[in-house]
Amino acid sequence: MTTFFVVATAAKLVLFLVGIITCGALMVWVERRMSAMIQDRIGPVRANAGPFRLWGLVHIAADGLKMMIKEDFIPRRADKLLHALAPMLAIFPVLVTFAVVPFGPTIDFGHLGSVNHLGPLFEGRWATTLQVAQVDVGLLFVLAIAGTGVVGAVIAGAASDNRYSLLGSLRAASQLVSYEVTLGLSLVGCVLVFGTLRLEDMVLWQHHHTWGVVVQPLGFVLFLAAAIAESKRTPFDLPEGESEIVAGYFVEYSGMKFAAFYLGELMEIGVLACFLAVFFFGGWDVPFLRADGIHLSLPMLGAKFWAMPHWSVVLLQLGAFGLKVCGLIFLQMAIRWTLPRMRYDQLMELGWKAILPLSLANVAVTAVVLHALR
Amino acid sequence: MPYVVKRPERDIWEQSYIPETVRGMGVTLRHFFRNVIGRRDTVTILYPEVQRPYPPRFRGLHRLTQRDDGSPRCTACMCCQTACPAECIHIVAGSYPDGHPLAFVEKYPAEFWIDELRCVFCGLCVEACPCDAIRMDTGLHARPVEARPHLMYERNLLLSITDAKGDVLTANPRKK
Ligand code: SF4
Ligand code: SF4
Repeated sequence: MTTFFVVATAAKLVLFLVGIITCGALMVWVERRMSAMIQDRIGPVRANAGPFRLWGLVHIAADGLKMMIKEDFIPRRADKLLHALAPMLAIFPVLVTFAVVPFGPTIDFGHLGSVNHLGPLFEGRWATTLQVAQVDVGLLFVLAIAGTGVVGAVIAGAASDNRYSLLGSLRAASQLVSYEVTLGLSLVGCVLVFGTLRLEDMVLWQHHHTWGVVVQPLGFVLFLAAAIAESKRTPFDLPEGESEIVAGYFVEYSGMKFAAFYLGELMEIGVLACFLAVFFFGGWDVPFLRADGIHLSLPMLGAKFWAMPHWSVVLLQLGAFGLKVCGLIFLQMAIRWTLPRMRYDQLMELGWKAILPLSLANVAVTAVVLHALR
Repeated sequence: MPYVVKRPERDIWEQSYIPETVRGMGVTLRHFFRNVIGRRDTVTILYPEVQRPYPPRFRGLHRLTQRDDGSPRCTACMCCQTACPAECIHIVAGSYPDGHPLAFVEKYPAEFWIDELRCVFCGLCVEACPCDAIRMDTGLHARPVEARPHLMYERNLLLSITDAKGDVLTANPRKK
């Protein structure tokens, strides 16, 4: 373990944590303004810093301040310890799963200006891969940590001593456990095709071959549905169900504890977008861009090659990843403001009778095709 | 008698959920982009800066109209006070002394109070007035105030309020 390794990891960690929290805060703005635009409204634009309104962005600061000075209310008969623990448990999986997202290729600080002939992932004295933790069981780690999301919701509901909360947490438990199964199964197709559980190698496969969504279109749709259900957003937001059970499992939370749930949910959109990009949209891959430059092979013009310095390739790929994540966040927002909430029986029917068999079929077909191709 | 609720019939296209979702998202995104680029469908009015004009017959806050010489047209006949269902008008009558140029109308309101917070803006006081002395054509509505007494409108204030065009008189000619 060299000093460089420690410094690089710490830097990546800080960068990513700051990135996520900013992303969560920005998402509040995106959600409000986008929903307003979709519903022919204007949305919150009143908060201002002097003459600057910044399209309502100042509301983020105003909200943050408000959250901090609000009363932290705990119901009299609530379990004090669990009530305080639940928001942390709810936000934990979101922050942790970010650690394994490969948001860029390897960057070598020793050779920023020269052309890189080593390929996107390599080792070197001043090289570090743009991913906080390279885990061999990457995908399993993600699924395992995502599975703990239900714990926070259930504890929050059970500890609040409120019937609405309890109903919400029961709904959350049943929904999350049901869709957990599909969440894993819809990715098995990807694992079969990519032949690895390491997220950085998945991206590498897509970098060399083609994007996951091309080889696993059904897997993409199934994973998207299951993942939205996992993040408890409309049309699967039964655990919150404002019109029936007020706000579900976090009815009894206020101030920063409420913010933890709220931001956790919004950051989950960001995490989900990251994983969708990594599994199905080639992660940091830019078409035709290899580690040493642009390779273009057109039927008429023949093969062309433009060499590019290392730094510009990495920058482009980082930008591409950011762009993909933004696009996927936009997609999720559009879905959220399009579909109405499902009924409970519809939710279960969709999960167990439609998505689960389809993902099993997807696995079977993928396996057969892969075997035939070999 | 029990009856069977007819379930909507959906073909396989709609049942498969995805094409219809995509269609719905088309609608959502069309609204989104139309509003982002130039707010073409936005119906929100940014209220205090932009105000929608009230219709000409809008019943706003009251005013007491004036004669050409600036005296109140009101003769303190108490018709409006009697008609008011909210009982929010309070009048104390005074009488012009002999020899006063207006002695022939005998009475005037020495005090005239309207509690605009109790008023239900029914307009019955305006209907009741035989002299066209009280009107609700100001185009104003009760503004938020810091204390209740601020919306107890008193005679001179009511006399000073103008109609929407800025006139303290009334269009109706005075009958002698
Ligand atoms: S508008 Fe109606 S409630 Fe208001 S003062 Fe006139 S009569 Fe009374
Ligand atoms: S405002 Fe009209 S109705 Fe009311 S007391 Fe005066 S003259 Fe009579």
